[in-house]
Amino acid sequence: MTTTNPSPPLGSGATPERRPGATIVLHGRSVVGGRAEGEALVTRQTIPGWGGVNPLQGVITETRHELRGISFKDKVLVFRGAKGSSGWSAMYHTARLAGTAPRALIFNEMTTKVALGAVVMRVPSVTDLDRDPLEAIETGDWVVVDGDRGVVEVIKQPRPRL
Amino acid sequence: MILTDDEKAMVDGERGAARQKAMELLVRYANALGAERFVDVTNVAGVPGSANPFLQNYYKNKSAGDRDAIFSYFDLDADELIDVQEPVVQTYHLQGGADPEQWETLGVKVEVFRNHQEREAFAARHGVDILKTCTPYLAGNVPVKGEHCAWMESSAVIYCNSVIGARTNTEGRESTSAAMLTGKIPDWGLHRAEHRAGTHRIDVAIPVESVMDWGMLGYFAGDVVQERIPVLTGQYSQPDVVRLKHFGAAASTSGGVEMYHIVGVTPEAATEAEAFGRRVPLEHFVYDEAERRRVYDQLNSNARSTDVDYVMLGCPHAALAQIKEAAELLDGRKISANCRLWLFTSRAVKHEAEHAGFTKAIVDAGGVVMTDTCSAFAQAIPPGTRVAALDSAKQAHYLPAIMGIQAWFGSTRECIEAAITGRWRGERP
Repeated sequence: MTTTNPSPPLGSGATPERRPGATIVLHGRSVVGGRAEGEALVTRQTIPGWGGVNPLQGVITETRHELRGISFKDKVLVFRGAKGSSGWSAMYHTARLAGTAPRALIFNEMTTKVALGAVVMRVPSVTDLDRDPLEAIETGDWVVVDGDRGVVEVIKQPRPRL
Repeated sequence: MILTDDEKAMVDGERGAARQKAMELLVRYANALGAERFVDVTNVAGVPGSANPFLQNYYKNKSAGDRDAIFSYFDLDADELIDVQEPVVQTYHLQGGADPEQWETLGVKVEVFRNHQEREAFAARHGVDILKTCTPYLAGNVPVKGEHCAWMESSAVIYCNSVIGARTNTEGRESTSAAMLTGKIPDWGLHRAEHRAGTHRIDVAIPVESVMDWGMLGYFAGDVVQERIPVLTGQYSQPDVVRLKHFGAAASTSGGVEMYHIVGVTPEAATEAEAFGRRVPLEHFVYDEAERRRVYDQLNSNARSTDVDYVMLGCPHAALAQIKEAAELLDGRKISANCRLWLFTSRAVKHEAEHAGFTKAIVDAGGVVMTDTCSAFAQAIPPGTRVAALDSAKQAHYLPAIMGIQAWFGSTRECIEAAITGRWRGERP
């Protein structure tokens, strides 16, 4: 005989700073200035450029990527770094023109691809944070990015039930 | 950041509006990187002024005479139209557009082809040398060791750094166009000797000999080190240009590798100690039979049907020796009526292949030899293609995702046999 445990109440297993409404502040370095806020989309994987993204639709298309088919339009994209083609900047530049770009970028590993991409996307961007943003931020959190001061404010949101 | 008098003069507009806008973009880019100064480059490879149909349409009717909208707004990311100025350094155009004669075979519409021609003429008119290849190092632009370059095309960047010992980061569309007008690029990353040392060690524990072997090893290396610098030691035999072309293209596709060292082979790795410099390897990886099988399975992960209707060779663009090999493997036989064979190369190498008779041998068998682009780049495959066979790990990575088809990865010989029989009989190593 099998039993099914009822789902625990939302947030019951979370540490205090991960409870809905809790705020975490991260400090880092400005890559591109400006201020924006939005819902976080987090991936521990590097993000592809040309050949792995459809900039007109604002979605990752790379086979086997964990964000495949997911839209980054108007999201605060939190990611490890950029990979692949030198067409990275031109793809995300095109996303800006097509209106599908993320609102802000938060990333860990600096490369020429992601630096140039952030510059031509013209969205607030920060890196070199004092805590790993991939640990501190979860998809769905509300994130305020101050690209001028290099400060990220994370407002934790209720996790969806799976 | 620290600007020289020359750089300040450009920022201040004393050298013209295009150089000013280019310098402004480069300053934004350098600040994003955290670079403190610029380095002078003498060799630029990019795609200045080129445009796909989206950009053509987006900037339609926004140019004014020679004040080009695509170059002003997209290449230089400027907010105003500017007159294009001549390059201050030797600048080459990489791949793009469509084959100048067989564009209809690629399925390119006449208006799109005319646009490509116009954009090519625009670049040529402004002092850009048109190579139209992802392999400039096989087609007339070979840098020298230590030369500071600003190159796009990840497979060319990794070759430039690792095999030649010249110095470039993976630049983009906008930064190469800005470098062409200024002769400057941020002095960051691989321009600096201390950043060229290896970070990870890969022990090659199985023999690596064929082009296919080197492609799989490259795909493994990129997957495990991502954007870091692998140092290879172990059981490889002396690679040639074609093997390193395929190795680098794969490593810069599965990861973001821009530089590697092969001990005893590449110019900054006479010994393992030289390859690592002052760095201690962060991690060691072993490439063995199990890893090779894992890579092979990844590259063949979406193929189901063994009925092959398209074989594409020439990613990165075929070297003369590869066109010769394809002609020899065809050996006077005909390609299956159910299959197409397209081989892509540079204009320069195609010219050589025509004179040597290799092109004729491929065309007589029913194949097509084209230049300027490839199936992934042009998003062009023969009508009705469902299953492709490819001898390039890079193309096998990209093409199924881009075109929504199945793809087999294997050796050039297996691909040619598939073209002749219409059946995939590749062997899992």
